[in-house]
Amino acid sequence: MSVLVFAEQQGGELKKAAFEAVTYGKKTADVLGVDCKALVLGSASNAAELGKYGAAEVLTVSDASLDGFDGSVYTSAIAQAAEAAGASVVVLMHSAKGKDLVGRLAAKMDAGSAPGVNQLPTNDGAFRVKKNVFSGKAIAEIEISSANKVISVMGNSFQPEATGADAPVNELSVSLPAARISVKSVDKVTGSVPLPEAELVVSAGRGMKGPENWNIIEEMADILGAATACSRPVADIHWRPHHEHVGQTGVAIRPNLYFAIGISGAIQHLAGVNSSKVIVVINKDPEAPFFKAADYGVCADLFDVVPKLNEALKKFKAGA
Amino acid sequence: MKLLVCVSKTPDTTAKISFNAENTEFNAQGVTFIMNPYDEWYALVRAVELKEKHGGTVTLVNVGGADNDAVIRKGLAIGADDAIRVDMPSGSSLNVAKQIAAVAKDGGYDIVFCGKETIDYNGSEIGGMVAELCDLPFISYASSLEMDGTNATIARDIEGGKEVVEVATPFVVSAAKGMAEQRIPNMRGIMQARRKPIKVVPAVDAANASTIVGYEMPPAKAECKMIDPENMEELVRLLHEEAKVI
Ligand SMILES: Cc1cc2nc3c(=O)[nH]c(=O)nc-3n(C[C@H](O)[C@H](O)[C@H](O)COP(=O)(O)OP(=O)(O)OC[C@H]3O[C@@H](n4cnc5c(N)ncnc54)[C@H](O)[C@@H]3O)c2cc1C
Ligand SMILES: Nc1ncnc2c1ncn2[C@@H]1O[C@H](COP(=O)(O)O)[C@@H](O)[C@H]1O
Repeated sequence: MSVLVFAEQQGGELKKAAFEAVTYGKKTADVLGVDCKALVLGSASNAAELGKYGAAEVLTVSDASLDGFDGSVYTSAIAQAAEAAGASVVVLMHSAKGKDLVGRLAAKMDAGSAPGVNQLPTNDGAFRVKKNVFSGKAIAEIEISSANKVISVMGNSFQPEATGADAPVNELSVSLPAARISVKSVDKVTGSVPLPEAELVVSAGRGMKGPENWNIIEEMADILGAATACSRPVADIHWRPHHEHVGQTGVAIRPNLYFAIGISGAIQHLAGVNSSKVIVVINKDPEAPFFKAADYGVCADLFDVVPKLNEALKKFKAGA
Repeated sequence: MKLLVCVSKTPDTTAKISFNAENTEFNAQGVTFIMNPYDEWYALVRAVELKEKHGGTVTLVNVGGADNDAVIRKGLAIGADDAIRVDMPSGSSLNVAKQIAAVAKDGGYDIVFCGKETIDYNGSEIGGMVAELCDLPFISYASSLEMDGTNATIARDIEGGKEVVEVATPFVVSAAKGMAEQRIPNMRGIMQARRKPIKVVPAVDAANASTIVGYEMPPAKAECKMIDPENMEELVRLLHEEAKVI
């Protein structure tokens, strides 16, 4: 028996999120007393490195039908790899692809599932995992009773831990259905850090008064190597692009550090960001609800404070 | 075009979340329930728009008890023609998906719409499950959908951007923000909804492969540390030395 981790490659390379997922898969395999294998669809130059994070073997499938993303083709490949690896537990990343696949794969394997888990399973007679529910306002413990299990692990829940050595990489031959979805274009924001994967996020709201004032926010993101985000009204009135909108109706993120600048902290906003490890709030209103969710707060006019903070950050970066 | 829209019921976004004494069940006392916003604002409204433009019918499907009828009526008021409620008070995602798949197969729909996720359980899995069970393509997190005959052009949200795909009917799609604008039902819609049929069908036999066995509240946040606005060096020092995030 083993745990199979679907490690997503991006442009022929495995990134940190894939190492996180394999770290999680290895720890889950330890809990179950089995080994951990990893699956790469398409090729990744650094596939063997998954061994360092706990994969005993890396399976790869190269097939032209995996170039564009059609969930049914991916699901078929993962299910066949699980079979070949003797895996009854499959771990996915809770990424755009992972969210697309988690239900489909569970149905294919007739498996109980847990999407977006952020803790290791327990296995004292029953297989139980935890995930955030009600937009982070509570945590649910889910028991999976079926023989097959599919879980997707939330990004930034586990730090990648490299302990072992490179693993053997073996090509697996599978037979895949024809793709029915054809990808016409992929339009990724280049140059900046993609928000869902960012460890540091600088976010601002209506307190900014207008789009022309965002230079101080972008400067801060630049200094830190952070992604930028915004509250919903700011995206709705087109001060900022829609993909930056975080919250219940936007993107849900859990970076290590979230700066909320001129954002009141409405419950729907918090729903998308309250799993961040550390929250810093800058707001001139001492009663702003965001302070209740913050670790560090600065109660002042953002137009005074942010430039000062940027100077302090620059000094810190220059010294570090 | 025959369109099916999966609608679910969730606690209002501002609802206070609490559980029974054993922490095994959600406490619904005093909680206002709404239609899951992704189902209502985006999936349903886009389906109604397509019907208005290309003709056809919009059917709602909900898996739940009779207490879901109010939410279903709202969907009818927004513009759906009829509704099917599978009479099953609750079940695991896969069980719910099997119920929806049975309805979907039976009706021969061109497009099955659902929301990108429910805002209570945040599962984002039912659409994919239904697609697999019906052997249909599934496009998740769609932020726009245009039809040209039986071909659809769909933009879907991916990490830090968008992907545009083409697919032919029949397919399953999950709706995210951008696909449509929220519609408030008008008086005429509300009156008409009263006369539209909600067909109640029994559940097909399926097991629950997963169950929620308990809930807990997230650990309380420590008191927010307030920093002197004149001393941003101190904030930077704390973020580096104490929080260790920069
Ligand atoms: C169903 C539903 C879903 C929603 N989903 C989302 C979502 O996903 N994401 C989201 O963000 N919102 C969402 N909202 C909207 C949400 O309720 C709030 O209206 C929104 O988050 C407020 O945005 P804001 O904090 O930028 O603006 P405001 O509420 O206007 O707050 C601006 C803040 O800036 C501060 N400020 C002003 N000037 C300065 C200054 N010079 N210096 C320092 N501080 C200053 C003010 O004190 C205030 O706290 C949703 C609402 C509903 C009903
Ligand atoms: N009980 C239900 N009845 C009908 N549709 C549902 C039900 N639960 C979830 N859905 C649909 O599936 C989508 C995704 O739900 P989930 O996988 O639970 O996040 C929702 O947005 C709905 O469109």
